[in-house]
Amino acid sequence: MDVKKMFKEGLLTKNPVLVQLLGMCSTLAITTSLFNGIGMGLSVTIILICSNVLISALRKVIPAQIRIAAYIVIIATFVTIVDLLLQAFLPELSENLGVFIPLIVVNCIILGRAEAFASRNGVLASALDGLTQGIGYTAALVIMCVVRELLGSGTFGGGILGGGEGIRILPEEVSALLMIQPVGGFLTLGVLIAGAQWLVRHLEKRKQEAVKK
Amino acid sequence: MIMEIVGILLSAILTENFILVKFYGICPFMGVSKKTDTALGMGMAVTFVMALASAACWAVNEWILTALSLEYMQTVAFILVIAAIVQVVEMFLKKSVPALYQALGVYLPLITTNCAVLGVALVNVQSGYSFLLSVLNGAAGGVGFTIAIVLFSSIRERLDESDVPESFRGFPIALIAAGLLALAFMGFSGLSIA
Repeated sequence: MDVKKMFKEGLLTKNPVLVQLLGMCSTLAITTSLFNGIGMGLSVTIILICSNVLISALRKVIPAQIRIAAYIVIIATFVTIVDLLLQAFLPELSENLGVFIPLIVVNCIILGRAEAFASRNGVLASALDGLTQGIGYTAALVIMCVVRELLGSGTFGGGILGGGEGIRILPEEVSALLMIQPVGGFLTLGVLIAGAQWLVRHLEKRKQEAVKK
Repeated sequence: MIMEIVGILLSAILTENFILVKFYGICPFMGVSKKTDTALGMGMAVTFVMALASAACWAVNEWILTALSLEYMQTVAFILVIAAIVQVVEMFLKKSVPALYQALGVYLPLITTNCAVLGVALVNVQSGYSFLLSVLNGAAGGVGFTIAIVLFSSIRERLDESDVPESFRGFPIALIAAGLLALAFMGFSGLSIA
């Protein structure tokens, strides 16, 4: 089990959002402040690790014909647990993310990893896969949040730093409110994915050149 | 009552469009929008499932979950109901409209994991809509989805022929086009009936 390789895949070369293009809804919808992005990223990471571990442990028990239904029930259970915990301990985050917390059930990343990885690998490897993919998802969310928040409201770390207001970097007059709105989500993600595609291709080219030499 | 109905229609279709404003259902929006006729078929299938799921989830919530005070089971119960409905729709299409069944391919079972369907069921319950309003909200949300995906697919058909920088080819340029479409829909945001 190559831990370093798995981290690299989760963060860049097989990043769930930027390369596999999964879990778009939440990526576009909630990335308006750093607080939301980190909260959503960590929630998904925890659910992903738990569901990966349980599905991997049960992979020989679940009949192949009804596996998708079984996975969805397992995932929905963990989502409900996280939803209730957030309502109890972080009500502010729960309110910000709203219906997108229960909607983690239908986030393609989790079902995708269950089907592609956890149903074929051991418990420990599946837990690690959940962790690396979850971190990759969180990283993509955080980049989205930082860009949109900076351009949209001119602040950094909204909801966490500077007493919840965030640290002001750009003066209020120059901020483009559009970036916080839906348009900004589509534009930022489009540019970000283009950047990731360029980077992945660039790395591959360099690797091929190194092999030639 | 009539004002309420018009208000729901207006907000679900235009001002709070499910895809372009609320970001429900981005996966099929991106996945099945390469051709206009497939997009229209997908839109109609989603509209039908959304209306049916709104009705079924309302019934399950009202008569089973609330009656037994099991509201915390909403997410689990709703996703099972939706999965069953999608299965039935899939069997129906396979039998009676095989052409559409072929065209939708893998995206048909994926309607189960379409945020729009689960999203509308949860929003209905949270807003405390009656049975009639829930079904209406589901159907109107589906119509909003269909309008957005059909408009977007005709943009994408033209995008295919344009010269795009290498890194932006495919998905990124489609997202940017979707952003411009969302910008256009922002024009509706002032609309309200009060």
